[in-house]
Amino acid sequence: MKQQLIQLDINNQIYEVPINNRDLLVDVIRKKVGLTGTKKGCGEGDCGACTVLVDGAPILSCLTLAVSCQGKKITTIEGLADDQGNLHPIQQSFLDHGAVQCGFCTPGMILTTKAMLDKNPQPDDRSIKRGIAGNICRCTGYKKIVEAIGASAKKITAGGIK
Amino acid sequence: MDSKNFSQVGRSVTRIDGPDKVKGNAIYTDDMVMPRMAHGKIKRSPYAHALINNIDYSKALALPGVLAVITGKDAPNKWGIVPQTANEVALAVDKVRFHGEGVAAVAALDEETAEAALELIEVEYEPLPVLLDPFESMKRADEVLIHENEPNNILHQGEQLFGDPDQAFARCKYILEKDFYTSYVNHAFLEPQSSLASYDPQSEQLQLWSSNQVPHYLHRQLSIVMEMPMNKIRVTLPAVGGGFGGKGEACSSDFCAALLSRKTGRPVRVTYDRYEVFVTNKGRHPCYMKMKIGLDEDGLIQAVDFDNTMDGGAYAGWGMVVMFYTTSMIHLPYRVPNARANVRRVYTNKPTCGAMRGLGGVQPRYAMECMLDELAEMMGISAYELKMKNAVESGYRSVSNLYVPHTEYKKCLQTVVENSGYLEKHGKQPFGKGIGLAGGYYISGTAYTLYLSYKPHTTVLIRVDTEGGVTVHCAAADIGQGCNTVIAQMAAEVLGVHYEDVHVVSGDTELGTFDLGSFASRVTYASGAAIKEAAGQINEKLFEVAAGMLNCRADQLKVKDRYFTSVFEPRKTIEWEKVVDVYTNTVGTLTGIGHFSPPRLKGIDLTRGERVQGANIGHSPTFGFSAQAIEVDVDVKTGKIRVVKVTEAGDCGQAVNPMSVEGQVEGSIMFTMGQALYEEMLLDEDGRMMNACLHHYKVPTVMELPEMNTTIVDSYDPTAPFGVKESGEGPVQPTIPAIVNAVYDAIGIRFTELPLSPEKVLKALKEKQEIKGKL
Repeated sequence: MKQQLIQLDINNQIYEVPINNRDLLVDVIRKKVGLTGTKKGCGEGDCGACTVLVDGAPILSCLTLAVSCQGKKITTIEGLADDQGNLHPIQQSFLDHGAVQCGFCTPGMILTTKAMLDKNPQPDDRSIKRGIAGNICRCTGYKKIVEAIGASAKKITAGGIK
Repeated sequence: MDSKNFSQVGRSVTRIDGPDKVKGNAIYTDDMVMPRMAHGKIKRSPYAHALINNIDYSKALALPGVLAVITGKDAPNKWGIVPQTANEVALAVDKVRFHGEGVAAVAALDEETAEAALELIEVEYEPLPVLLDPFESMKRADEVLIHENEPNNILHQGEQLFGDPDQAFARCKYILEKDFYTSYVNHAFLEPQSSLASYDPQSEQLQLWSSNQVPHYLHRQLSIVMEMPMNKIRVTLPAVGGGFGGKGEACSSDFCAALLSRKTGRPVRVTYDRYEVFVTNKGRHPCYMKMKIGLDEDGLIQAVDFDNTMDGGAYAGWGMVVMFYTTSMIHLPYRVPNARANVRRVYTNKPTCGAMRGLGGVQPRYAMECMLDELAEMMGISAYELKMKNAVESGYRSVSNLYVPHTEYKKCLQTVVENSGYLEKHGKQPFGKGIGLAGGYYISGTAYTLYLSYKPHTTVLIRVDTEGGVTVHCAAADIGQGCNTVIAQMAAEVLGVHYEDVHVVSGDTELGTFDLGSFASRVTYASGAAIKEAAGQINEKLFEVAAGMLNCRADQLKVKDRYFTSVFEPRKTIEWEKVVDVYTNTVGTLTGIGHFSPPRLKGIDLTRGERVQGANIGHSPTFGFSAQAIEVDVDVKTGKIRVVKVTEAGDCGQAVNPMSVEGQVEGSIMFTMGQALYEEMLLDEDGRMMNACLHHYKVPTVMELPEMNTTIVDSYDPTAPFGVKESGEGPVQPTIPAIVNAVYDAIGIRFTELPLSPEKVLKALKEKQEIKGKL
């Protein structure tokens, strides 16, 4: 199949990638760009592990064509810590609250949370649950994830962090 | 060491692999890339039972980019986690036994080419009758055999007799006999299996990176299938995205990657998609159980009779072990003086069942806890009272010779009843609302290797020097449960340093020292024992040097928080690091090695002193316990059950990392709630799975998260290293019966078949109303 060269803006860096029109964003990010923090748990849009942000909105990268993301800003889990390597408050909160076990759902869960808190900085438990309802975690039973999100929301609001 | 005067053990600390995981830097097998790496794919059978008359892969091999094709004939040696019943092969040889079984594998330069090549492989099948029901399978065995050398389509059957149950039942005032069925469920770990093999033709060495929880057993199976000595094979675990038992044996992807790498001289990776995870299964056995329990007039259990027909699917796997676990599990956590078990594990043309979190316990626990609930009602007392009457206490030895050195099970029951208000709520809420109580336990550590061997189950090597500080070498498998962190905490505790000072090298059969793997809730206990021994040797040497430096006696020193200090003259104190520096400069690197072998008990009937086949399975150095009170809302219009609140109390001994224990407990409850209410793999009449995806196979999402109140009860097992027990499989046990008992409390219907789907609830409600109408 004929390949074309496209530009993708991932974590504020421009990558030139040769792709086929039918290449999925998850595969391009993982295999062509080499950012393997984005996980593929089902490939069918059911588990949420492949969630990345496109122009700030959470999308399932296993159901998204890479070619459709040209000219958009993509954020993966690798783009969340700051330039000095300091963790984003959501990442720190997941650590502090024991919201990580096997870690396979974690990148998608954290990015979904980021998008949710950008829209609604002070969610109640019900909104938190709705926000991450599309992300499956099989290890933690979700309780510590909900707690971690609630605590990070408070921290972000108090600290005026973006 | 003072039993509870800990500084590192008993602290909630963040996981040592946590930062990498939240940053997306943790490397799982499918994240790895190697130079010249090829991609492997497996062709799967469209028949559940068929002879393979011919496989023609010439067209596939001719496709540009295809490097190699293999079939079952390339590696016909049989493997199996239980060597006595080994009957699996890397790829099917001459016959397929379930829909989706691998028949050939391709290595190609890229995944698309490998996939295209699969389409070009021509397989001639001769379909055979498909047996999907274990009873039909036994009945039609004369006509259809799934394995030629396994008569009656039965892998194994067991009969166990302890005491005299018939005579005991004759004395009983209350007797209840019921049938139960548990459903066909999958682990649904989030990371699909992935295997990356690299074979070097010059050194004849093979390295396999795999998403697995038993590197040692995988190592052995590779040796058998590849016909290579173990010392030429190295198994390494990158980060593993959950296992729950499903990665508790080798996987076809491991063998295919290894065989294709040897054939092509390139690294080859095989990663499953979600469909492949489901169709290769190894999940929990559906069980058709009959249980009979008899109580005397005081409500004390006199006898249990248990019959279990297990639907095992196509191959042996962990089957025989799981089967005998189900019999073992009737002997605890209540005193059962007489018991009988008749069990059989039957072959069917379905994806194979195997080990799944709390294996062998979940099914009989469901039956027993629900029946005790009903028996309490028959007696006119609360289920709590009946369970407390019968609960075991520390030092209990069952009639089957299971020995419980320590238990706080009664405290678990008490705590849960108090915290949930069970006695105030049970039977007193409006129709549709209910609360149910159940208890359970699980082994903590295993007593035997799966093959005949007397070697220690765990070896830990600790290295101390100025270069690495403290490095713990072991081969434990951190599959997400957090054992590496707990290992660092335990080593730091004995050495008197902080857990952040400890490097843990694990999950590697070459860099690590021997370990059986992560199953049977054995790692914390076994590693803890070996760490204590190894670190003790190191302390002995460092104490001598520190004593010389401080001018005092070694036996008057203690080490804590990175300092050696004289117990009598606290002024005499010196940094741990300085002592290590002197030792390294004068003697060199310091090492200590520790081993753990669990105690072995005979599986006997204590009343006769006679050996009982399979009764040693389920022995363990200690046991963890859990009790749960679960509250439900049943929507009588839709039949939907909602778990509203879970109150849990668990005896995990001394919690090493309490935050991690809470995570294990909460995870266990949600995981098992799925089996109670939603999860079930469905096959059509040809044996094709109809819901092999996470859209149609419903695991709990956060929307199903109830209010959860868990308590780690104060506990310390004096016979265990650091007083520890398990925490990740005991809490799995009570969840299903607690939900089912709660549903009875809510709507007056006792469900004996899982899952409790809205259809079943509506049907049962309708039947109940019809019966009422007739009265």
